[in-house]
Amino acid sequence: MLAPMVSGQAHLGALIADFAGMRGIEAYTTEAAGASGGAALRAGYLAVKSGFVDTVLVVGVEKFTDKVGDEIESAMATSLDSDYEAVQGLTPVSQAALLMRRYLHEYEVPRAAFGIFPLIAHVNGANNRYAMFQKAIRPEIYNGAGMVSDPLNMFDAAPDADGAAAVILTRADLLPASQSYPRVRIAGSSVSTDTLALHDRPDPLDFRAARLSVERAKYQAGIELSQIDFFELFDAYSIFAALSLEAAGFTERGQGWNEPVPLPIATMGGLKARGNPWGATGVYQAVEAVLQLRGQAGESQIPGAKFGLTQCLGGPASTAITNIFERID
Amino acid sequence: MEIPRHWRLKKQRYALVGEVCPHCDAKIFPPRDVCPECNGEAKTPYAFSGRGEVYSHTTVYNPPAGFQDSAPYTVAMIKLAEGPVVTAQLTDLGDQAVEIGMPVEMVTRKLRSDGDERGLLVYGYKFRPLELHQVAAAD
Repeated sequence: MLAPMVSGQAHLGALIADFAGMRGIEAYTTEAAGASGGAALRAGYLAVKSGFVDTVLVVGVEKFTDKVGDEIESAMATSLDSDYEAVQGLTPVSQAALLMRRYLHEYEVPRAAFGIFPLIAHVNGANNRYAMFQKAIRPEIYNGAGMVSDPLNMFDAAPDADGAAAVILTRADLLPASQSYPRVRIAGSSVSTDTLALHDRPDPLDFRAARLSVERAKYQAGIELSQIDFFELFDAYSIFAALSLEAAGFTERGQGWNEPVPLPIATMGGLKARGNPWGATGVYQAVEAVLQLRGQAGESQIPGAKFGLTQCLGGPASTAITNIFERID
Repeated sequence: MEIPRHWRLKKQRYALVGEVCPHCDAKIFPPRDVCPECNGEAKTPYAFSGRGEVYSHTTVYNPPAGFQDSAPYTVAMIKLAEGPVVTAQLTDLGDQAVEIGMPVEMVTRKLRSDGDERGLLVYGYKFRPLELHQVAAAD
């Protein structure tokens, strides 16, 4: 998502196809802010599902750290409503802080309650050798963390990171005979949108697009929430994690912060501990879900996992892309 | 920065001009020509009073380019008296603590610079606290 601004390089589809030795094939970039990787996965899924294409390579990639300070803040702020949010000096992290403040106000939640999300993420990240942070944190660390955009502190925000992840999608009949892993399929897939500007929503604490996309993905997969074994949610900010749990229906409105969290989340560290490589995040989530369902998640393995839910968000669920992955026995 | 783009938005930036829906009387800001309440066509201009209250607020310490001179600054969501919510900086706060529900009014201020590239400044709405006697008068 950031490559045109941070690297001065658009047109990554043709570039990657060329340098990956696949010059000539169909390739293009998808953009949906922080959900760009999920959008690429969705495009690949539709291509294979439609029968037009046999096999798709979905690549999520973000090069973040070549710019710092106000330049990277400006690049990230392009995901906001430029004319009515960014022009006021709003940034994605301060937009999340506005949501968090309102949530604390409306539901009278103790401020420290949000620590549950980074704590879970860091415990799980400690078992993931691909994670940016592989160390658990204590509640005191969370409670004493410096303020980034009040009331949101440093541990409420996932670290922006460089990263890349890839998955190959194809039809079952095209799998090579030598393929020995348990097979995983996309059982449900859905994209939903909402207003770009937070202020244009009748109820900003309702992640409507997240809710709709989960409902549609569940409907397509023909399963209930209770059948889902783990949820790779979009914890770019701890408030997003709470609102995503509520939107999916795992908890009531206003209860997303309550312990215990109703099912395993951020099982490989989530955005908070694995890192948030923006446009690559949606593809990371798919890789992590597949590792879980294949039984290759190591110390973080959820025994016998059958259904995994992944969801990536562009902005405060201005785009929500939800997938349900299923292990086929 | 692009001068024509900011010029196109001058009515919104300087005077909070939105629209009113001729079908359901909903007040609309920013203008979008389609009523978000009833989906009817809504192109009638409507100038907002500029009065409202703080819906949520935060402080920006790490600003984007063009805002370095004013950081740290307070950004808020303001629920306008006529209904819509806008995002805007708070200004003229002095020592006053910001609270949800605090009454505010619109003022015109410098929003950002272009970092001395061409000397362009963008002006637009910010909001400042409304004094108690002003609140009473408004009621």
